[in-house]
Amino acid sequence: MTAQRFADGPVIPNFGKPSACLRDNGWFCTDWIHEHWGDTLQPALIQHIQLTLIAVGIGFAISFALALVALRFGFLDPPLGVFTDFLYTIPSLALFQLLVPLSGVTVTTVEIALVSYTLFILYRNIVVGLRSVPPEVLESARGMGLTRRQTFLRVELPLAMPAILAGLRIAVVATISIATVAAFLIEDGLGAPIFAAIGTPDLFKTELVAAGGLAILLALTADALLTLAQRALTPWNRVR
Amino acid sequence: MVSSAFVDAFRFMPSHFSLLLEKAAQTAELAFAALAIALLIALPIGLWLGHRHRGLPLALGVSSLGRSLPSVVLIGLGIAILGVGFWNNALALVVLAVPPILTNTYFAVEGVDSDAVEAARGIGLTETQILTRVELPLGLPLLLAGLRIAAVFVIATATIAGIFGGGGLGDIMARQVTYGLGGVFAAAIWVAGLALLTAAALALVQRAASRRMAPRA
Repeated sequence: MTAQRFADGPVIPNFGKPSACLRDNGWFCTDWIHEHWGDTLQPALIQHIQLTLIAVGIGFAISFALALVALRFGFLDPPLGVFTDFLYTIPSLALFQLLVPLSGVTVTTVEIALVSYTLFILYRNIVVGLRSVPPEVLESARGMGLTRRQTFLRVELPLAMPAILAGLRIAVVATISIATVAAFLIEDGLGAPIFAAIGTPDLFKTELVAAGGLAILLALTADALLTLAQRALTPWNRVR
Repeated sequence: MVSSAFVDAFRFMPSHFSLLLEKAAQTAELAFAALAIALLIALPIGLWLGHRHRGLPLALGVSSLGRSLPSVVLIGLGIAILGVGFWNNALALVVLAVPPILTNTYFAVEGVDSDAVEAARGIGLTETQILTRVELPLGLPLLLAGLRIAAVFVIATATIAGIFGGGGLGDIMARQVTYGLGGVFAAAIWVAGLALLTAAALALVQRAASRRMAPRA
């Protein structure tokens, strides 16, 4: 991977006069970041956001369906809980590798692994959220003449929203973090420049700090945005 | 293709059993050393803050910061600052393991029924006794849940440290040229087994603790 990157273009631009910072392998050489924002950092950031959104989107759909099934057929909840816990426990590096015979060295493999990590958090939170609706509330909804469907959409879902959104927030942040490991398999997302930096003979610090910093910033931004969404969507739940 | 990779892996296991055992021991040693240090740091802080009902922003902040830190970045920083080796990797793992332990310990103690604490205070227990005899036992299941999350997390990251020269099962996974695809798969299976066994052991302890602490009818 490293060799190929060097073949694509020199890491140190302007062979005539490499900056003092780059020559000393400094922690944060702004000239390199300027030079490689467009060809390395920005594409990796966009790929990373795509990896995360697809994984959490699919994971949410699956978890929601599983949660509905578990609420209808209560006996399925414990095995589903154990199964999602099992998937969550398998270390990411191993799961990425073990899925290769199934779907090859592809983005699909990475997405399957990322989706399977979101299930544990999302499934549990959706079930807990929907279960927390007091039976009296359901009774009165039915008493008011709401159909099953209306009860679900207008009563149960809004009341479960805080737990669901809390799960979504944790899942997004965790996925952003785990997706960096995907670069072990394919050159995709912010993990790619991070792995490349660590793989450079004397560890290219600027690239590590820039790409790693972007991953952390992305996670913190997502965390903040989802916290705001949580407050906006559940105004009745505001404590202070 | 599905079958052949796994067939190779299961052929690799008996023929390289002692190698796998040695590498698994390295990964486990790194992971458990880091976990022990993280416990020594996070447990007292979490217990104390939870007991005093203070430091909620700290507990929440640490947990959300901990989740945002990608393990690969932390391993990389560890190598960049300290070089490759056991203790630098252990240090990176400690940083990852402290947040879940600290946060869960905090909420475990903080969430103990205040009536129980008041009653303990009423019969004249000292603050230390309240912490060790009332709050700690009652909060134990949640505390152990945090330890389990941290353990799984640390084993996963110890493997990643291995692919960057940290030894252990990750070392096999990074060397397909030497060990073949079968070896890489065998190591991946062992990593998964190590994590699952550790989690299962801690889940058993957790279950025993919650059964013991369950209010008697």
